[in-house]
Amino acid sequence: MAAIELKGLTKVYPGGVKALDSLDLEIPDGEFFALLGPSGCGKTTLLRTIAGLETATGGAIVIGDRDVTGVQPGARDVAMVFQDYALFPHMDVTDNIAYPLRIKKVAKAARAEKAREVGERLGLAHLMDRRPGQLSGGQQQRVALARVMATQAQAFLFDEPLSNLDARLRLEARTFLKKLQRELGVTTVFVTHDQAEALAMADRMAVMENGLIRQIGTPAEVFQRPANTFVASFIGSTPMNLLDGQVRGERLEVAGCKLPVPSSVEGRLSEGEQIVYGVRPEYMTYSAEPVEGAFGGRVSIMENLGAAHLVTLEVNDTLVQVVVPEGSEPPLGAEGFAVPKDGRALVYRDGNVV
Amino acid sequence: MTRHIVGRIGFYTLIALLMAFFTVPLLWLAAAPFTSDPTYEVSLPDFTFTNFQAILEHPYALGSLYNSLLLAVGTAVLVVLLAALAAYALSRVRMPGRDALLYALLLLSSIITGTAAMVPLFQLAVELNLIDSQLGLILILTGGLLPAAIFMLKDFMDSTPKSYEESARVFGASPLQIVGHVVVPLVRPGLATIGVWAIANVWGNFLMPYLLLSDIEKQPGAVIMFTLYTEGGQANLPLLSTFGLLYSVPVVLMYLFVSKKYGFRFHGGIKR
Ligand SMILES: Nc1ncnc2c1ncn2[C@@H]1O[C@H](COP(=O)(O)OP(=O)(O)OP(=O)(O)O)[C@@H](O)[C@H]1O
Ligand SMILES: [Mg+2]
Repeated sequence: MAAIELKGLTKVYPGGVKALDSLDLEIPDGEFFALLGPSGCGKTTLLRTIAGLETATGGAIVIGDRDVTGVQPGARDVAMVFQDYALFPHMDVTDNIAYPLRIKKVAKAARAEKAREVGERLGLAHLMDRRPGQLSGGQQQRVALARVMATQAQAFLFDEPLSNLDARLRLEARTFLKKLQRELGVTTVFVTHDQAEALAMADRMAVMENGLIRQIGTPAEVFQRPANTFVASFIGSTPMNLLDGQVRGERLEVAGCKLPVPSSVEGRLSEGEQIVYGVRPEYMTYSAEPVEGAFGGRVSIMENLGAAHLVTLEVNDTLVQVVVPEGSEPPLGAEGFAVPKDGRALVYRDGNVV
Repeated sequence: MTRHIVGRIGFYTLIALLMAFFTVPLLWLAAAPFTSDPTYEVSLPDFTFTNFQAILEHPYALGSLYNSLLLAVGTAVLVVLLAALAAYALSRVRMPGRDALLYALLLLSSIITGTAAMVPLFQLAVELNLIDSQLGLILILTGGLLPAAIFMLKDFMDSTPKSYEESARVFGASPLQIVGHVVVPLVRPGLATIGVWAIANVWGNFLMPYLLLSDIEKQPGAVIMFTLYTEGGQANLPLLSTFGLLYSVPVVLMYLFVSKKYGFRFHGGIKR
């Protein structure tokens, strides 16, 4: 087991696409680290560069205390689960799981034994003689995990391993994977474009955009305090309210409403400055009565979230969303007020949090 | 309506004529060897085995089939081996001018074993002391088939996902291990196809062995068949038909066997 450190890592593809732009990243030993970002932001490239399948154009990769920037993939002591699993279709489950050991010249009996042991742990015991083509998506995914576990590598690299599973199975696999990683304690880099998955599973996470890391932190930090408007709009199952506003004396004027300056930025804003006011729908309370320092408007849309409703208020031609717990949904068209919770509202200046 | 029916009748008559055109020689090949005195006509055989007896007693007939086999299998093995390695490299390694190279090879290959190159090839074989040598013939036939084989196999390899190999690579497999453990099993149907194609090609090749082998003991079936004439210079139909049957059966059997054994591809392991 080992820490992973990236120093100024850059990858430019032939043809000039800059997929990674001087990334710095430290992943401590044993951490479950999620890489999150929209399609095409360079997540797979980063993972493949760590694995050695792509050569870095610049910068360095350190795994443990070894600089592996120029080292062949097989000598880096990492194991990777591909987005498409890449199980060998001509080998049965046992041979697939045992393949890394076959490369390490482990005797046939010993590696079959190890494969059985790992397979059993992942609930594959009754499938050991099947070919990948005879397995369901979820079972294939577990075989791919088992194969990686059998390597006893220093670090695991997972490229969207859950993206091929249906929604229900994905939730199960999420819990399962997290538990497994905790037990094994192997440093794991996990790529996903599903923000809920990253928030749910990671110890820490990085949000990427166009080959750049836009924020690194724990899921709680990233969720509560997105460092910039890109992260703010990317994270959260209901999008954050990001509203243009202006500093007016002791107050902020946003969507025609007067709001108190959040205590976290007090004294750091100048009069008349243009800002973006950010607050999550979950971090506001709904009130049917007029309240001081709140967004007031007309209820225009209601969306059912299950145990809560997402209410969209039309506030002077601006849409503001607020989550209302079940049982207290307002009627459509009613007058309503959304009160930002103290300490949860953020102010962005030039796209970055103040 | 009537027009439609007339059209159908015309169509099927045409099909039947075409079929007859191709089936009659086959029927002849099936019947003539078992007929005591075959002519050019297809007639019911009297199920005699004297023709087979005669072929067995022919000094070169069986030996030539063995020679055919040796040449065909030898060439096929070389072609599959070399083409697989070349096609894999060409499919996986990016290099400038790759496609131009492939097309140039393909173009040249049709010249190598063609009539145009007969004289230079003969000269070359003489210089290299490979005249009248089966090994020399195998090498030349291999050279002729390789470009097309590489071309076909490269196409096949291009269509197998790279992530199988990358996966093996991350586990530490060497390039040769990757080829042996992953690539070859995956492209086996392609290799089998190329093998069969090479064998069939050599099996039916008359010109090259006729040109490069002078010892009749080394000649393959295609050349020996050419010698099956009576003293009067007439085609020896009993021997020709019987030998023709023996000569074609192995190829048919091979097709059946290979399509049964390799006529499928592995699926799965990759989510699409
Ligand atoms: N082999 C390649 N050659 C050239 N450009 C590439 C290559 N692979 C990826 N790219 C480009 O690099 C950028 C990052 O691609 P990458 O595959 O890392 O994205 P990703 O974040 O994994 O996206 P997704 O979520 O869709 O998998 C993209 O703009 C892509 O077009
Ligand atoms: Mg990707």
